[in-house]
Amino acid sequence: MTKITRRKLMQTAGVAAAALPLLGRTAFAEDKVKVGFIFLGPIGDYGWTWAHNKGRLALESALGDKVETVYVENVPEDASATPIIRDLANQGCKLIFTTSYGYMDQTIEVAKEFPDVMFEHCTGFKRADNVATYNSKFHEGRAVLGTIAGKMSKTGTLGYLGSFKVPEVVLGVNSFALAAQKQNPDAKVKLVMIDSWFDPPKEAAATETLVNLGCDVVTTHTDSPGPLQILEQRGLYGFGQGADMSAFAPNAHLTAIEDIWGPYYIERAQAIVDGTWKSADTWDGMKEGTVVISPYNPVVPEDVQKMADEIQAGYKDGTYDIFTGPIYDQDGTLKVKDGEVMTLEQLATIDWFVKGVESAA
Amino acid sequence: MSIDFIIAAIITVVGLTTPILLAGLGELVVEKAGVLNLGVEGMMLMGAISGFGVTVMTFNPWLGVLGAAVGGSASSMIFAFLVLQLNSNQVATGLALTIFGTGLSSLIGLSFVGRIVAPFNTFFPASLARDPILKVFFGYSPLVYFALIMVPLVAWFLKSTRGGLILRAVGENDHSAHSLGYSVIGVRYAAIAFGGAMAGIGGAYFSMVITPMWAERMTAGRGWIALALVVFASWRTGRLLVGAYFFGILMALELYAKAAGFSFMPSQFWAAMPYLMTVIVLALISARKGAATNAPACLGKPFTA
Repeated sequence: MTKITRRKLMQTAGVAAAALPLLGRTAFAEDKVKVGFIFLGPIGDYGWTWAHNKGRLALESALGDKVETVYVENVPEDASATPIIRDLANQGCKLIFTTSYGYMDQTIEVAKEFPDVMFEHCTGFKRADNVATYNSKFHEGRAVLGTIAGKMSKTGTLGYLGSFKVPEVVLGVNSFALAAQKQNPDAKVKLVMIDSWFDPPKEAAATETLVNLGCDVVTTHTDSPGPLQILEQRGLYGFGQGADMSAFAPNAHLTAIEDIWGPYYIERAQAIVDGTWKSADTWDGMKEGTVVISPYNPVVPEDVQKMADEIQAGYKDGTYDIFTGPIYDQDGTLKVKDGEVMTLEQLATIDWFVKGVESAA
Repeated sequence: MSIDFIIAAIITVVGLTTPILLAGLGELVVEKAGVLNLGVEGMMLMGAISGFGVTVMTFNPWLGVLGAAVGGSASSMIFAFLVLQLNSNQVATGLALTIFGTGLSSLIGLSFVGRIVAPFNTFFPASLARDPILKVFFGYSPLVYFALIMVPLVAWFLKSTRGGLILRAVGENDHSAHSLGYSVIGVRYAAIAFGGAMAGIGGAYFSMVITPMWAERMTAGRGWIALALVVFASWRTGRLLVGAYFFGILMALELYAKAAGFSFMPSQFWAAMPYLMTVIVLALISARKGAATNAPACLGKPFTA
């Protein structure tokens, strides 16, 4: 019996030995690192998801010989995201980008099950050994938009179409309002949150509402070009969100905040290839090139364009920060003392609006 | 509140109401014939992309509307074949139609992403349509007037015509209608096609009038509100019109309340209002003594001769 067992054992070992090079070759053929993306909206939303997908395409064209990508669109920000993220991990992804705030807990949950897979969560604040977070200082762009809006508005009442009261949006609102007030101290910002990132009919109706309440420049923090089309029909002004949307509203579109994710995606995927990936919290902005302002519409007067350029330059060389005191909140309480600058930590968890913002929440 | 303010608010309400009114009218006829089609959202999306696509290719919005009706109707025929010919479960098949319509419209729409058309938003001459006061009557898309004309037409058809009587008979007692020699399946095919066409035109209101562009899932759940609307209206045409405008006003109120800075209700509550109202109406109707819910007796039941 022992003999047979040993012979069998030898046979098994032989087969295994013969199979080894095969395995090696298969592994070599699949050497490409698989990178997964979880997208909030459709890649054709021409906004947030569209920009992330452009980043994915940039990654493919830069590291196409070493990296292959997969993505899932229209993933809801609720418990149903968990199995979708898990599925990407099961498909063999080594690096997974979950590209919206609402995937925060789901990402952490799946990351616990797959310690060998690295995760990157966009705009959140929960990290682990295999979960990094990354964000972009969109509010730097909002300071440019606010400056232009403050100058271009005749009524002094500006509209802000928001999605949810999350830090990213609160920062955008505050930055926009503060920048506008530097041009027009009486400028007011009316804020409507529509409880969705993508709902073109509701975005359109909310824009009409803001216009009806006296706003003549409206900026959007939702992802479709719908609001710009309404502004175009009314002969008013607005800004693109996430991407240059001037094709949808050639007259109304003053400029846009473009989200450029490609360089970050390339850097992080390269780190996986090199085996140097580490969990981190990255918050890049204009300086690093992740926030870019689109070309100005010729209707923006030259002196206003120059002011906008100066703010961009200030962010690039670190001499400008819109969140420099004194800053008062909606009730008039002094939140940031004269000359003080808000820290990144304060910015990341902000939940109050500045003076001059009129909102329901 | 100035008159301009009120007029602008009314225009927003009309914009929010028209698509659900169109889709709701179609679904009402379908349900009156005894068929429950939960695929409204999918048919609206098929209509939205068909209408937009045809307009982009022909530069003719009227052909676009026709395309939207055909697109919505064609997708409803798949549902009709499955539930009428193969007696599949109507609820499951309707849900499948929503998923199918969402996916297929996205696929067709890929080549239309980023294109725009001129908004199909005026009909009357500019002297009327752009007048600061008169625009409240004349400043709308032809689809708004179409929806308003269809309400009495559908009511008249159901109530006062032979065809309407047969359709209601099929929905109330399919076997009796069958034994009288009427084609239950044929009537239901026609009703489903009509419902698809109306949902398609309702969807086109988004892609051709409000935001003249194509974006995946751009109806964002309005099909479900249209379904709730039919129940809210307890299958009566007049109530459907009132209900549609009631829902439209609720949706606009949410936005106005927020923009004006009122925070007496959490916003999720506003969003849930149409459904909440539907449940309340259902409860009120069924609480009335002796009165049935007014739902067609054969609603959702397959017919086998």
